Amino acid sequence: MCGIAGLIHRGKSSNVGSELQGMLQALKHRGEDSTGYALYGDTDGKNFIMRFKVGENVGEGSSSIMEDVSVYDERKKIVDQYLSELGAKIVKEERVLPYSLRYEISYDTKDLLEFSQKIESIPGVEILSMGKSLEVIKDLGNAKMVCDRYGLDKLVGTHAIGHARMATESGVDIKSAHPFWGYPFSDVSVVHNGQLTNYWNNRRLLENKGMRFMSECDSELIAVYIAQKMREGASLEEGMKASLTGLDGVFTYFVATKDSLGMAKDTMAAKPLVLYESDDLVAMGSEEIAIRSVLPQEIDTYDPYDGEVKVWQI
Amino acid sequence: MANLKTTEKKTKSQSMGMHSEVLKGRTQQKFFNPDEGENLYYFGTYDVDFNKRTELDVKEMTAPEANKEIDNLMSQGYGTIVIKNPQGKHSLGVGILNKLNLIFEGSLGYFGMGSCDGPTVRINGRVGWSCAENLMAGKIVIEKNAGSCFGAAIRGGDLICKGSVGARTGIDMKGGTIIVGGDAGAFTGFMMQRGRIIILGDVGINLGDSMYDGTIFIGGKIGSFGSDAVPSDLTDSDKDWLKRKLKVAEIGEKFDVSKMTKIVAGKKLWNYDNLEPHEKKGAI
Repeated sequence: MCGIAGLIHRGKSSNVGSELQGMLQALKHRGEDSTGYALYGDTDGKNFIMRFKVGENVGEGSSSIMEDVSVYDERKKIVDQYLSELGAKIVKEERVLPYSLRYEISYDTKDLLEFSQKIESIPGVEILSMGKSLEVIKDLGNAKMVCDRYGLDKLVGTHAIGHARMATESGVDIKSAHPFWGYPFSDVSVVHNGQLTNYWNNRRLLENKGMRFMSECDSELIAVYIAQKMREGASLEEGMKASLTGLDGVFTYFVATKDSLGMAKDTMAAKPLVLYESDDLVAMGSEEIAIRSVLPQEIDTYDPYDGEVKVWQI
Repeated sequence: MANLKTTEKKTKSQSMGMHSEVLKGRTQQKFFNPDEGENLYYFGTYDVDFNKRTELDVKEMTAPEANKEIDNLMSQGYGTIVIKNPQGKHSLGVGILNKLNLIFEGSLGYFGMGSCDGPTVRINGRVGWSCAENLMAGKIVIEKNAGSCFGAAIRGGDLICKGSVGARTGIDMKGGTIIVGGDAGAFTGFMMQRGRIIILGDVGINLGDSMYDGTIFIGGKIGSFGSDAVPSDLTDSDKDWLKRKLKVAEIGEKFDVSKMTKIVAGKKLWNYDNLEPHEKKGAI
């Protein structure tokens, strides 16, 4: 069934890594095949942060095929070479796990399509996120396991969205885990709870327009669909409103950008969402207990209605 | 209503060869026979004193632990129990088959007060999805908002939300009354079979979709009517009943009930006629 959670601090920063971990851990009964975080950290905004993987987690429960760790090194070398060819300079490099890396890159272009296509032309390499604030971290296991593995509890920022996944229609692997990056847009991420029933029709249409899919997870369609709408000139909110009729099925999803956070609910309101909204904080999740992990005191919450789209700015 | 009387003679279905066993069991009349009232034992019930009051802090408890402790307190005769720090936990207060005053000082998560029969409950907070599902009797008052599937499949009792509720309120309800002071979402009264729903505010799309029976009263705007849900005339007896009910519910006592819209089942979807399926389509 999956669980989603998100929060946005308005006018200040907070320890969003730790806060989102608490929210997602409260939802772990909704699925702990994998957990993902999209964290919008405080940065100087000069460099891009690229989170990418050169292989899969093949630990217990994984549906991925075991590979020799040496291939990860080979792929990393090619990534470094391609970055150099693209004119991108690696400012800082962190290899969190053998298959998962974080680069800070000095790169002077706004069009990330060519950049992403070149990097992802390397077999086994996937950019998890690219942006000047966004960092997508996703892996197998529950929220605490992933948070501990990647040391996310100290990350300070303004907003974040996350996902606790129960795999139903695609594999237990990182490529099918949420959040999805809104490729090729800087700092756009999506998490989703539900099922989309016109996935293949939409996928074929979008692929014909040059958009890329990395998994067979239906939720990835939302990220690609909204990215395509934005590519055509729509605002985030306009793209989300278009999705209410363009996407068929049941869904509640969150989209985040560098300075905003949005939610959309399908026209049948079939998937849950509880929302808390105040002047300085918006927190939402599939269940109230997620919100209670950051706001234990008595608060006023509500369920957004069918077909509702909301967007908040930091 | 189905005829629940025991019969020894061959039924029509037996004659048709659909089954051969002879159906036996207590009849409904025997079950509720007042002469045998003393023999009636409702498993899991206790004699409680409403003046005997206690508090229970469930902050560090799981839902099963909290529910077990409520049961334990009832077994000690406590008739008024105040629950502290529910903090949105799921499945609190389920399966209470007793007369009891239960007060929650905070919000509940999903499935709160499910399958209850008899308690009087006040929730000084919000409730999540499927609050009071399968309620059989009693009165439950929620001071704030409620999630979707509010009062799903209730069979009796009064379920009152002073705030707004989510989608599919009263889905599959078979009796009782649901009263909402604010708005309600899509598919309110979806497939309801009996009972009454009162919404003082607006409702979303597909109101009363595929309802078999029952009555819905709406005070505000209606997004759209669902399949086979039709408006009906508001009678004087309806108005009297609404006034009485809103007073009992401590909600909207001064509300002008004469402006409410009454919705009932058009009964075109009923399979109780001689129409073939293709003819039925034409009738709707």
